[in-house]
Amino acid sequence: MEARDLLDPEKLKLKVKRRRKIDKIFSLFALFASLLGLLLLFAFFISLIVKGASWLSLSFLLGTPSRFPEKAGILPALVGSFWLIILTAIFSIPLGIGAAIFLEEYSKKNFIARFIQINISNLAGVPSVVYGILGLAVFVRFLALGRSIIAGSLTMSLLVLPIIIIATQEALKMVPKTIREASFSLGASQWQTVRYAVLPVAFPSILTGIILALARAIGETAPLIAIGALSYVAYVPRSPADPFTVLPVQIYTWVSRPQKEFQDLAAAAIIVLLLLFILLNALVVFLRYQSRKRVR
Amino acid sequence: MEKQMMMLKRILTKKKGGKSLKKAFIATLLFFAVILSGCAQEAKETQKEQAEKKLSGEIKVDGSSTVAPITEAVAEEFQKENPDVRVTVGISGTGGGFKKFVVGETDINDASRPIKDEEKEACKKNNIKYVEFKVGYDGLTVVVNKENDWCKDLTVEELRKIWEPNSKVKKWSDIRPEWPKEKIVLFGPDTDSGTFDYFTEVIMGEEGKSRADYTASTDDNILVEGVAGEKYSLGYFGFAYYEQNKDKLKAVKVNGVNPSVETIRNGSYSPLSRPLFIYLNQASLKRKEVLAFVKFYLENAPTLVADVGYVPLPDEEYLDQLSKLKDVK
Repeated sequence: MEARDLLDPEKLKLKVKRRRKIDKIFSLFALFASLLGLLLLFAFFISLIVKGASWLSLSFLLGTPSRFPEKAGILPALVGSFWLIILTAIFSIPLGIGAAIFLEEYSKKNFIARFIQINISNLAGVPSVVYGILGLAVFVRFLALGRSIIAGSLTMSLLVLPIIIIATQEALKMVPKTIREASFSLGASQWQTVRYAVLPVAFPSILTGIILALARAIGETAPLIAIGALSYVAYVPRSPADPFTVLPVQIYTWVSRPQKEFQDLAAAAIIVLLLLFILLNALVVFLRYQSRKRVR
Repeated sequence: MEKQMMMLKRILTKKKGGKSLKKAFIATLLFFAVILSGCAQEAKETQKEQAEKKLSGEIKVDGSSTVAPITEAVAEEFQKENPDVRVTVGISGTGGGFKKFVVGETDINDASRPIKDEEKEACKKNNIKYVEFKVGYDGLTVVVNKENDWCKDLTVEELRKIWEPNSKVKKWSDIRPEWPKEKIVLFGPDTDSGTFDYFTEVIMGEEGKSRADYTASTDDNILVEGVAGEKYSLGYFGFAYYEQNKDKLKAVKVNGVNPSVETIRNGSYSPLSRPLFIYLNQASLKRKEVLAFVKFYLENAPTLVADVGYVPLPDEEYLDQLSKLKDVK
């Protein structure tokens, strides 16, 4: 039946036509799917700018929170966010990449490795408040770090570690086996192979994982409120042991105020947060470009 | 700082090909480090300048997010006069704040309800003595849509009928037969909220007792939008949110009394006006800055409470609170 259809030129034409049609419909759907995300982001951005742009000013960036919207600023929150993101990166990146290298390159695929693996995947799905409660118990109370930046960034590190580990593992898995074998055949040790052959190839993808993880840390509110990050801090934190606030917490408190002006202020603060985020993203794109150039 | 700059320079000028990635990475890290240490240094300088002023230290406040705007306003003014005192305000909620207060982690707890018996017990167990100060009032407002021209007042009895568990009120006509036979759409705060606790306590007679088939949110602004967008809706939330959205909403009289600053203050808007408190750890009073802060709080509350949208106590009540402070001191 099928074979005879193929011999008939008329029917064959019809069939090809139908296939092309399906192809077209699918590509239209794919286009729609990708545009939808872009459109939503665009609409979001427009509404933010309409509400918040007029509030953006130097005094907004350099001021402290106030009950008068026109005097309010975000400096303590901005500096707090900077501290938090840098310390979180310092704690979580080496640990995360180290754990991933161990799991992918060193450990044998035995029961313990599988057990660790499953636990890490599950940790990635735990709601962020739970990390906050853990942070409150372990860092704030047990280690007596108090409601400090260091307690906050340790909590955030816990939150983003699974993301970094999983992303790094995926990156390492994508490195062709032949590269490792070539390295071993030249007499390189395991460490040398990882350091000079595997990591440079995997690095761009690892960076993507890191940026996703840090982006999550920069935007999280719930765990920080749980460990007692504050809504009102009128001074710039001087050391990691100081109490602090971050941009998302500041935005959260402003959004829930009754006065409309504070909601517009929140929009302005969101714009700053987005800019900060774009800056971070650009940095990673730059680093990735540099490292790709090197590998080639 | 100079050392850091030197290092940065050295790294940037180092001529070793193929290391540009590492270089860039370290340079960015150093860049941030320089920024941060710059901030720190600046802060230290201002600290030195003000070293002559006497009050310094840190005052930790946590608790209700309803009361937080008042405390933040007080902190803002207080720090203008005493720049060396660092006041921090958290928003863990009344209950969450008390958990920290009863173990002595905070000096002051903001509360939108009086302390509960189990919290008193915990204080006793940890040997913490506290003083309660009333700082202002908040009214809970029952609101309907702007286009609602039938419902102008409700009795507490009717409110109970609407909000009781398994309530039989499905349509407006179930409340009063002459009202429209349209489905009533309900909005209210969710169960984490102190507003919910207070409303259920005074209307239902038991905290937490309420029907569950209504649209709930912790964010009062979402409730405002909900009621404003639905003709046959009814909701309740804090008075300040009604005040700011008068053009979109209509307040309902409760037992014949209209919610207003006046009626909330003189207590005639009953039972839906609630007092707001701060709880002070007595041990913290030994520190001069805490004593000064609380005194400043009570002296300036009349204007600051109104500034952030709540209702101040009558003046003589603030005097009572102040003499209470003198007594414990």
